[in-house]
Amino acid sequence: MKKIFVLIGALFLVLSLLTPGSCGDVIKIGVAGSHSGDLASYGLPTVNAVKLVADNYNKKGGLLGKKVEILTGDDQCKPELATNVATKMVSDGVVAVIGHICSGATKAALPIYKEAKIPVISPSATNPALTQSGQYPNFFRTIASDDAQAKLDVEFILNVLKAKKVAIIHDKGDYGKGFATYAKKFIKKDGRAKVVLFEGVTPGGVDYSAVVQKIKRKKPDVVVFGGYHPEASKIVSTMRKKGLKIPFISDDGVKDITFIKVAGKYAEDVYASGPKDISKNPLHIKAVEEHKKVFGSDPGAFFDNAYSAALALFNAIEKAGSTDYDKVTKALRTYYVDTPVGKIKFDKKGDAEGVGFSVYQVQNGKFVEIKF
Amino acid sequence: MDYFFELFFSGLSKGSIYALIALGYTMVYGIIELINFAHGEIYMIGAFTALIISGILTILGFNKISILILATIGAVIYSSAYGFTVEKIAYKPLRGSSRLSPLISAIGMSIFLQNYVLLAQTPNFVSFPELIPEIKWLEPYSSFLGSTDFVIIVTTAIVLVLLTILIKFTKIGKAMRATAQNQVMAALVGVNVDKIISVTFIIGSGLAAIGGVLIGSHVGQINFYIGFIAGIKAFTAAVLGGIGSIPGAVLGGLVLGWTESFGTGYISSDYEDVFAFCLLVLILIFRPAGILGESTQQKV
Amino acid sequence: MFEEIKKSLKVSIWFMFLTFPIMVIKVNLTDKVIIWRWKNLILVGIGSFFLSFIWRYLLERKAKKAKKEEMGIGQTSIFLKIFNNPKYAKPLYIIFLLFILAFPFIFSMYQTNIMISALIYVMLGLGLNIVVGLAGLLDLGYVAFYAVGAYSYALLNYHFHINFWLALPIGGLLAAIFGIVLGFPVLRLRGDYLAIVTLGFGEIIRLILENWDEFSFGPSGISNIPRPSLFGINLGVKESTIFIYYLIVFMSIITIFVVNRLQNSRLGRAWIALREDEIACQAMGIDKTKTKLTAFALGATWAGFGGVIFAAKTTFINPASFTFLESAIILSIVVLGGMGSIQGVILAALIMILLPEYLRAFSDYRMLIFGASMVLMMVFRPEGLIPSSRRKYEYDPTKR
Repeated sequence: MKKIFVLIGALFLVLSLLTPGSCGDVIKIGVAGSHSGDLASYGLPTVNAVKLVADNYNKKGGLLGKKVEILTGDDQCKPELATNVATKMVSDGVVAVIGHICSGATKAALPIYKEAKIPVISPSATNPALTQSGQYPNFFRTIASDDAQAKLDVEFILNVLKAKKVAIIHDKGDYGKGFATYAKKFIKKDGRAKVVLFEGVTPGGVDYSAVVQKIKRKKPDVVVFGGYHPEASKIVSTMRKKGLKIPFISDDGVKDITFIKVAGKYAEDVYASGPKDISKNPLHIKAVEEHKKVFGSDPGAFFDNAYSAALALFNAIEKAGSTDYDKVTKALRTYYVDTPVGKIKFDKKGDAEGVGFSVYQVQNGKFVEIKF
Repeated sequence: MDYFFELFFSGLSKGSIYALIALGYTMVYGIIELINFAHGEIYMIGAFTALIISGILTILGFNKISILILATIGAVIYSSAYGFTVEKIAYKPLRGSSRLSPLISAIGMSIFLQNYVLLAQTPNFVSFPELIPEIKWLEPYSSFLGSTDFVIIVTTAIVLVLLTILIKFTKIGKAMRATAQNQVMAALVGVNVDKIISVTFIIGSGLAAIGGVLIGSHVGQINFYIGFIAGIKAFTAAVLGGIGSIPGAVLGGLVLGWTESFGTGYISSDYEDVFAFCLLVLILIFRPAGILGESTQQKV
Repeated sequence: MFEEIKKSLKVSIWFMFLTFPIMVIKVNLTDKVIIWRWKNLILVGIGSFFLSFIWRYLLERKAKKAKKEEMGIGQTSIFLKIFNNPKYAKPLYIIFLLFILAFPFIFSMYQTNIMISALIYVMLGLGLNIVVGLAGLLDLGYVAFYAVGAYSYALLNYHFHINFWLALPIGGLLAAIFGIVLGFPVLRLRGDYLAIVTLGFGEIIRLILENWDEFSFGPSGISNIPRPSLFGINLGVKESTIFIYYLIVFMSIITIFVVNRLQNSRLGRAWIALREDEIACQAMGIDKTKTKLTAFALGATWAGFGGVIFAAKTTFINPASFTFLESAIILSIVVLGGMGSIQGVILAALIMILLPEYLRAFSDYRMLIFGASMVLMMVFRPEGLIPSSRRKYEYDPTKR
């Protein structure tokens, strides 16, 4: 028993020694997000992306002549852990943070970074309020916000699919429900179509046939889904198996190659909005190649956004010539930089200019961009 | 009226899924009165093993039926082995201590196994091959009942019958019942209690593996976390039906499936789980030992 | 010795077999490649070979100790002796208290911050200890009351600008009311039926918060919850972290005090009696309904307080913080600490919350180690870290 106390004591001691001061010759970049738990798959690719970019810089002799060091922080997408991660990042003296992954965790962590004057670039937090509220001048993102996406999808539904009755399904999550609510709002505002069903499904459920039967009964012209690909593929395959062949349109949580892999033949003809087509962007190709070389697998979700965030950040630090908060944020807002998601710079609110959405359709096992 | 039947069959197949996992829960509980939180993880490991085996066989070019059979056998073997090992490590040393210790140990085991699969395999969802072939004569009814749904329902029914026979009429079943009633007395009359408990874990885990294969091909995707959610639902089903009772687990699963399905269909799927849990509370208020559970008089 | 090696070899082979598909094989169906990771197999083999030695040794030691205790010559550990002897215990407590008070000045803000989390869990653990440890009612939905506390502050503040100090008692009171509401229908249930109903209750609360947008803002949660003010002065992040730290230390001390007094009160004894034997307890004239309901209500009150402080600390809450896993962790704290033991619960809360934080160094393996240590802890110390001293008088049917 004594041992446990000794152990704890020793742990405290070691940790208090470890708590670093500011070291002269490294630049510390924090990478925060969900690295364990059920949402780990959304956070881990970001770590890989930042590692790759940092390695590239370090090979070339570092950033501003200093070595880039990465500190990861796991928040499991939980707000309370996110604040702990944020204070840890601040105590450890990071100059900037790439992350957090989930909007909720980001919201919880941002005030702490704001007070400590640390810029934060998220590859994936799409909640509109993060930039539009104007509360977080230190926040940037390399992904467009949910409402922009919902707007595009609604335009597509009304103008191209010419739907009159729309069923909206979401996964009850922050992201999915947010997207669905915006879609509903935009459809109502336009008035050309009617929302006949607005319902949430329980994520992780084993079977969605009941809700599919309900969709069938309401006879909509199109189904809109807000959420991530695991639920989307379950719903769309159940729909097709039950003989419901109406268009299915969803968000960029679904525009993921895993969706096609998982849903297989049922993924055909599904529409999903997502970041503009970057498959021909040489930087994107290069980044994916690097990932395959270093980690031996295809990159996961938000990899390109994270890679771009890291590039934009490092570029800004280089342009600013220092890691000073004001200079870096100014550089982020001033200079365009070539990234896997396109040529970007950030606007006053922190949204990336040059990052937009397109609508895609799955054709022969691939997402094909649809122009309209 | 069509709509009613559609929902009825949705509930039936969903309920059968719950029942298949709940059976393992209820068996373990019946014998050692332990809520085996790691049971869901055993089911998940079964699904992953089946995925790996079927992946190899697909690459080697086997045909669909043999893949289904081999993958199921492999999954059952491995899940049983895991169930057996988990019992030996996490529960057996705790026999005779307070009732809550094994529960915490089970929660710990569940966290451990989830992260073990996460680290050793992948954090992502992976697609699970459709191992179950399309059944031709079911096609006209596909809006009610897909072929996987059908296979799941039939399997659950068969498992229920086999288990009942095993427990009612075989020697090992008798020993199980004896152990469930009183471990000390069972040992006195010559039952090898350790062995019976191991066998129970092995059977329960094997069932979970069958569930893993069937549900994996029904849903079409798995990840390391599926066990946790399914586990909680299955546990609810087992308690609803009267924990420790084999037919109770199936009935509980079906009732749960129907509640969710009709709740979704006629009210809203937003509160799907709320209906399920409210029903649970209601049933337990009026029948404190579950639908088919025998309310034993407490011994003084 | 040879026997031992043979045993370990068997274990090693078994584990190599067991982990073979998941640790060694990885199939990539899109590129039709099978990746074999033989290195893992060797690691598992060697690792399990040596670990099985340690495992058997520890089990043997545990068995020996149990035997000694049975023969009546079991010695309580030095640790317990110190704890039970006021002569040593008092200075120890004072040193510990001084350490806790000096904490924010010795360590960084990050350390202080996670210490706040840990202390919130001390409160939650002590609260649940009333329900589970003392009254013996297995509650798997304790997090619901925590959510009630957190949301009551967040919503009251949002709508009526009620400040932290007013919200604290209101949060506690609301949680207590919810405790009674839950308590009524489940009075008849016992054991695991009670467990599942409380689990269901916890889930219902979370789902309502998630779905009822107009009331709780749904899954996107409530942000910008103000931190507590000090006599109307708003503090910066750093100062308010230290302030919240002292606040939670103060609250924890009150909790400890109250729970300690309760334990030895008439009511506390009634709870313990109820836990040990319900029927005998009723025969002695204890009002079962009232006793159970007060256990639920009082337990919930602390969760409510904890929730309010939690909301003030994170400044952002959403339903995702109140999942079943959270309940499981609080319950683990109570059991790991030693049911009914206050010191145990405190120690366990600190370990359970600080361990994963400090295990960050192992990043990916963090939760793996966390799960494994829960299992090991229970296997080798099933009575908890610091078993409740009252246990000595307990009637134990296995040792007739």
